[in-house]
Amino acid sequence: MTRGRLIERIPFPDEVILPLSQHLGAPSKPVVAVGDTVHRGQLIAEACGFVSVPLHASVTGRVTAIEKRFHPSGRPSEAIVIACDPTSPQTLYEEGPLQWENLATPELLATIQDGGFVGLGGAAFPTHVKLAVPEGKRVQFFLVNGCECEPYLTTDHRIMLEYTESIFLGIRIILKMLGAEKTFIGVETNKWDAIASLRDQIPADLPCEVIPLQTKYPQGAEKMLIKAVLHREVPSGRLPIDVQVVVSNVGTIAGIGELFAYGQPLIERVVTVTGPGVHNPSTLLMPVGTPLSQVLDYCGGLTEEIAQVLFGGPMMGSAQYNLQVPIMKGTSGILCLTEHQVLSRREYPCIRCAACLDACPVFLNPSLLGSLARSGRYDEMLGLHILDCMECGSCSYVCPSNIPLVQRFRVAKGLLREQQAREKVAKEREAREQQERAKVGGDVQEKVGSK
Amino acid sequence: MSTEAPHLILSTSPFLKRPVDTPTIMRHVIYSLIPVMLAAMFYFGVSALLIMLVCVAGCGFTEWVFEGRGPLRDSPIKDGSAIVTGILLALTLPPGLPLWMAFLGAVMAIILGKVLFGGLGHNVFNPSLTGRAFLQACFPVALTTWAPYGDLGRFLALRGDNLSLPFLKPQFDAVSTATPLAMMKFESQPTEVTNLLLGSTSGSLGETAALLILLGGGYLTYRKFLNWRIPVGIFATVFLFATLLNLINAEKYPAGPFHLFSGGLVLGAVFMATDPVTSPVTQKGAWVFAAGVGLLVVAIRQFGGLPEGVMYSILLMNAFTPLIDRVTQPRIYGGRKKGES
Repeated sequence: MTRGRLIERIPFPDEVILPLSQHLGAPSKPVVAVGDTVHRGQLIAEACGFVSVPLHASVTGRVTAIEKRFHPSGRPSEAIVIACDPTSPQTLYEEGPLQWENLATPELLATIQDGGFVGLGGAAFPTHVKLAVPEGKRVQFFLVNGCECEPYLTTDHRIMLEYTESIFLGIRIILKMLGAEKTFIGVETNKWDAIASLRDQIPADLPCEVIPLQTKYPQGAEKMLIKAVLHREVPSGRLPIDVQVVVSNVGTIAGIGELFAYGQPLIERVVTVTGPGVHNPSTLLMPVGTPLSQVLDYCGGLTEEIAQVLFGGPMMGSAQYNLQVPIMKGTSGILCLTEHQVLSRREYPCIRCAACLDACPVFLNPSLLGSLARSGRYDEMLGLHILDCMECGSCSYVCPSNIPLVQRFRVAKGLLREQQAREKVAKEREAREQQERAKVGGDVQEKVGSK
Repeated sequence: MSTEAPHLILSTSPFLKRPVDTPTIMRHVIYSLIPVMLAAMFYFGVSALLIMLVCVAGCGFTEWVFEGRGPLRDSPIKDGSAIVTGILLALTLPPGLPLWMAFLGAVMAIILGKVLFGGLGHNVFNPSLTGRAFLQACFPVALTTWAPYGDLGRFLALRGDNLSLPFLKPQFDAVSTATPLAMMKFESQPTEVTNLLLGSTSGSLGETAALLILLGGGYLTYRKFLNWRIPVGIFATVFLFATLLNLINAEKYPAGPFHLFSGGLVLGAVFMATDPVTSPVTQKGAWVFAAGVGLLVVAIRQFGGLPEGVMYSILLMNAFTPLIDRVTQPRIYGGRKKGES
């Protein structure tokens, strides 16, 4: 729907809402107060620990509130609200290229963390954590994910076409940091123009290759991509680094390129606004924190048949109920679905047709898992590798009996994780108590002995 | 201007759904059976039509009684599985069968084959074959009395005592003939394979025209509603086993092609063994299942007391399905190669 349209920048909104928790990990801590004037690109909240990133003002203006606001996760959450100054030229706080050739890996990592970078594919995991190679591990290949993570979205496609230079700068810096041999950019074959454009512009001295990949969901999932490009499988329960690979999304790389080229931290992003429920689908560049309603207005508003507005794609996105929620760092798309697309369908009994087995990218048995989940036999699901489920939703999509498989798996996984955490705590407490008891026992014996 | 808050639906992902559900699949199975049903009527006239109608009515009625009385709109019959069961049962019956027996078979197919296990998706055995096995046990003579095939000119002629009343002794002596398998087994008289392919032999309603059945199977495979591994595996096993026996003693054991296209093998392999509920869900399992059916079919035909063994082979392998599924679980992404717990 939006693949042929250039990325447009939307006008600066009247106000931006910047939740302190836009990434996985600890929320950031505000360093500005209500009433302060802030400049676009200025630090307004600092990282809280290693798995956390700072937050920057995405517009120049005045901080009007630091309060709980609607958050795309559904729960209101603490956010910094900035009223945009309509007279400001919206230039960057500190503009200019950053030095990187002479920086060592830890300094480069710190620069990326200070830039507030998180994975722009959707998961919003802090980028510097992903790029930090643990002691004793080695990275052979750096993989760039140019597969759109979900159907409908064209964010990555447009970025590959329009931010090619930044992508290569980003790759160059990251290769240096990781000490990796080579970069592969995996792109699905429904984006031949992007493949061609990337291939044309690879700098001669950059060890980088574009790999065309079959177009299928979930090709953009990290583990699938590693298998498709390198024919390696990440062992169950481990990370890509265990097969000497680090993966990152093209959008993130392009952002890092921009950071080093212009000194621009992560304050804006490209978002696909699409679906039959919106009048003018487009791919837009917008400040992080722009209210959803403003984006939709820019796209001509919602149509009459609108039924659902999603953040993310149709397979793993999240439904929104309030149009005042802000666009976040991890928002890759806004999908507007119409009534006939989301009709609730009647659930039939499982006829063991095995469509879900064929669809599951990690080769689980969703049919069996589904019936176990239905009867609450979660413990048995552990043995069938439920924790390897990546919740891509393929099983629910294909199921002819309309069984909410992945939905039940999420519940099961949540409960199992909770149970495991509880067991761990209980075990630790027991060990501690035993130790104490042994100690107390020893004291008593000592006393008895001394009498 | 601000977008007025519309009425939005909240749900969890995925938000889109493949527009195929159980009734769609059942509908396509019925489409794929149309040529076979037409052939049955061509060869066996109005008898075939009556038996098919009675079986579908019997299955539909029983399903309605047990699974959800009330308005048809909300009834589980709507999934169409009972209709498929009825048609498939009819296709395995001899054309001269008294209609009341066919009706009873249809009722039992649903009760013994499905309802007792908890309904669609929970049954261990293929319902149509369960119904037929029930009839075979109760009325062995009626179930093995085969009318000769005819053509459209004799459309209106009944092929046997279709209209006999319940529990009266039906007249079977009028016209009867032997099936190719029986001729082979008891009289060592082979039938031309071309006749078997086209269906111009005696036999059950829908088992005679092998080509049309394969056509239906091909359509379902194309629509991805049928696991082709099962029929292919069965055909391959039957062919290999039969050829092996044929090489040992060509006098006693017919060649592979005869086995492939005679009796209910094609119908059973394409439409019965592939019943998703009662066959393995894993791909490896499908091959094991198919090989088991193939071996049993030839073994029963050649070494057992009956001329035909497709029904019992499939039912037996149905019983092994949970076991096969258990030992053929696929290796998960990133899992260890062997010794998975």
